[in-house]
Amino acid sequence: MIAPPPELQNDLLEIAMGPHHPSTHGVFRMNVVLDGETVVKLTPVFGYLHRNHEKIAEKNSYLASIPYTDRLDYICSMTNNWAYVLSVEKLAGLAVPERAEYIRVIVGELTRLQNHACLAGFLLQDMGALGTPLMYAFREREKILDLFESLSGSRMMCNYLRFSGCRCDLPDGWLEQALEVATGFDSFLDQFEALLTENEILRARSEGVGVLPPGLAVNAGVTGPGLRASGVNYDIRKVDQYGIYNRFKFRVPLGERGDVFDRYMVRILEMRESLKILDQALHDIPAGPVLDPKVRLRNLRPKPGEAYGRIESPKGELGFYLISDGGPAPYRYRVRPPSLVNLTVLEEMCLGHTIADVVIILGSVDIVLGEVDR
Amino acid sequence: MLGRGILRGLMETWRNFQGSYYDPARLTTVQYPEEKLPPLENARTIPFLIYDGEDPLAGLRCTACSICAVECPAHCIEIVKDTAKKPDYLGRMQFHPKVFNIDMAVCMECGICAEVCPFDSIKMDRVFELSRDGRRMVLQMRDLAKPNHYFRQIHPTEAAAVDAARAEEQRKAQAKKAASSVPAAS
Amino acid sequence: MQTPEQIKDRILAAVPGAHLEVIPNASPANQPSLLLDPGRAREIATFLRDDPELRFDYASNVTGVDWPEKVVKEKVTVRKIIGGVEQEAAELVERRIPGFLEAVYHLFSMALGHGPLVLRLRTRNRTDSVALPSLTPIWRSCEFQEREVFDLFGITFIGHPDLRRLLMWENFADHPMRKDYVPAADQEAKP
Repeated sequence: MIAPPPELQNDLLEIAMGPHHPSTHGVFRMNVVLDGETVVKLTPVFGYLHRNHEKIAEKNSYLASIPYTDRLDYICSMTNNWAYVLSVEKLAGLAVPERAEYIRVIVGELTRLQNHACLAGFLLQDMGALGTPLMYAFREREKILDLFESLSGSRMMCNYLRFSGCRCDLPDGWLEQALEVATGFDSFLDQFEALLTENEILRARSEGVGVLPPGLAVNAGVTGPGLRASGVNYDIRKVDQYGIYNRFKFRVPLGERGDVFDRYMVRILEMRESLKILDQALHDIPAGPVLDPKVRLRNLRPKPGEAYGRIESPKGELGFYLISDGGPAPYRYRVRPPSLVNLTVLEEMCLGHTIADVVIILGSVDIVLGEVDR
Repeated sequence: MLGRGILRGLMETWRNFQGSYYDPARLTTVQYPEEKLPPLENARTIPFLIYDGEDPLAGLRCTACSICAVECPAHCIEIVKDTAKKPDYLGRMQFHPKVFNIDMAVCMECGICAEVCPFDSIKMDRVFELSRDGRRMVLQMRDLAKPNHYFRQIHPTEAAAVDAARAEEQRKAQAKKAASSVPAAS
Repeated sequence: MQTPEQIKDRILAAVPGAHLEVIPNASPANQPSLLLDPGRAREIATFLRDDPELRFDYASNVTGVDWPEKVVKEKVTVRKIIGGVEQEAAELVERRIPGFLEAVYHLFSMALGHGPLVLRLRTRNRTDSVALPSLTPIWRSCEFQEREVFDLFGITFIGHPDLRRLLMWENFADHPMRKDYVPAADQEAKP
């Protein structure tokens, strides 16, 4: 290979993989400095979807913030609702009836299933599979979204959970339909893995790419499947055991190398574990009320104090920090977004790789801009 | 063997491809708008106001209490009270709205207005083909008013429960009136 | 996990001379916080991360809170001369509590599985003395979140590797999450 002449050796190209881009999972910009095709420096730029959700919440009541939380991570609206409602319940000291806890686990795990299926599809699309795995994943996801629509009224902006319970009870026949969907999902996962996991192109493009060492992952606050793919055993469902997660038997899959393939594989394995939890919850759900009738939803005024509540959302640790001054609206309302903190080490993961790998690495971090920018 | 993974994947794709001609699990495309999926009963889109009887504006259940306007997260409901009072289905005198506007460009279809209404007068509709010419996105009272039998048609379970509760309250009110109008035994 | 009082004693043993205070939390969540003095915050944070019994290796949430100046009316008994006689009388006295900005950190331990420990750092006022030490050299997860606090509240973090605005655009001049923020006239959208 002929070396370029000396005056072109140090010519670095800075490009903006700009907000209008089909592969950046939303309006997200990365200023990438390239030496040929290799990444030398990468600076992410945020703020294109900033809707000042936190300031709006300071003026609206606690109940009115629930539909806004749907729109944070717009793919996983039920878990966003759960994190917020959990924090308000911690702040105000509310208890949740048992049937409502089971329903929360069921819709939470259904959300995790459809999020990970989406992610596997989008990651493969970023690699160039041009939509085939994505459409198969979306076909399964449609069944889950139909379940959400018949339960809460809307496919994605569910607005279903309330303080100390759920908005309404399950309609007739919903449990049977959910059981059918969960059983069908298992065979879908077998077909999906047969399509993808041993595929040589997928392996060659993702093994060894975007390695995240575990020490750096912990220090940088990476949570969720990205952390577990690096080998750190930290799943908030097992650590905090919020809700009734201590009643379910499930394992936490861990990766070894922390590369893109491990992040993909951890999500596939997590889908299988979610199916186990779903199976147990759908069979064990008791009868009973789904909302505590003594709790005021409309004019909830928790006593002054503060609380930080967090859950294991499909993307990582989603936390809400609320300070109340006794009024109808929170004094300070803060969303701790998993996608934003997971992006801290994007540059480290991309250095030395080509620009085609940057797209895949960003896809494996699994961001949703609604959460990053709020 | 190199390429075994790709071959396995291609077998999956082949199965999907030939299945898409006859297997209902693989036939997922719905040729909208010639073919439409049946709407689910609990689906919600934009709100609407219910009226009882024949006259849309005179039969509105709304009493202009403004709870929906206060609780709306997007602050898209505008209500102006009309001070003349009318009797409701129980015979109590109530206000009614002179102006009731919902700005559909702002409404986020969350359903909180329907949830907090104490008079079962605002409910969520199921229509989603809302595009129109022009920019008129503010729906006024006459656009929002729909009869109770429409509500029974789109949400049968919920309408049955609401109608049963209202009939029960009416029966109790009648019984109370009959008991209080019986003259004392002489 | 040890209570904040016990952690405070451990910190004082390791970093003598630091000013610490436990701020109680009245809500049922039972998450009281430790107020640190900004001068020794870096040493305290390093101790919290490296101490083998505490091992707070994961800073989960960094946020800012704006506490504007408050005027509190209090009833005070003073001795006054009323009608020629000196006696005690009640008087309404106004007391100004100065405002400050606050950075709140939530720490967890991935190694030992406990948490949260809530740390608070306060600035001296809201106008000219708004600098705090950055804890990014200790926990990398604070990097973007401290940038956001700088952007939305105006706290300057000394020692932060790259302190720029995160969510607002570069030439934006104000700090939107402060309580006295008024949006510019061309930004308000009226329904």
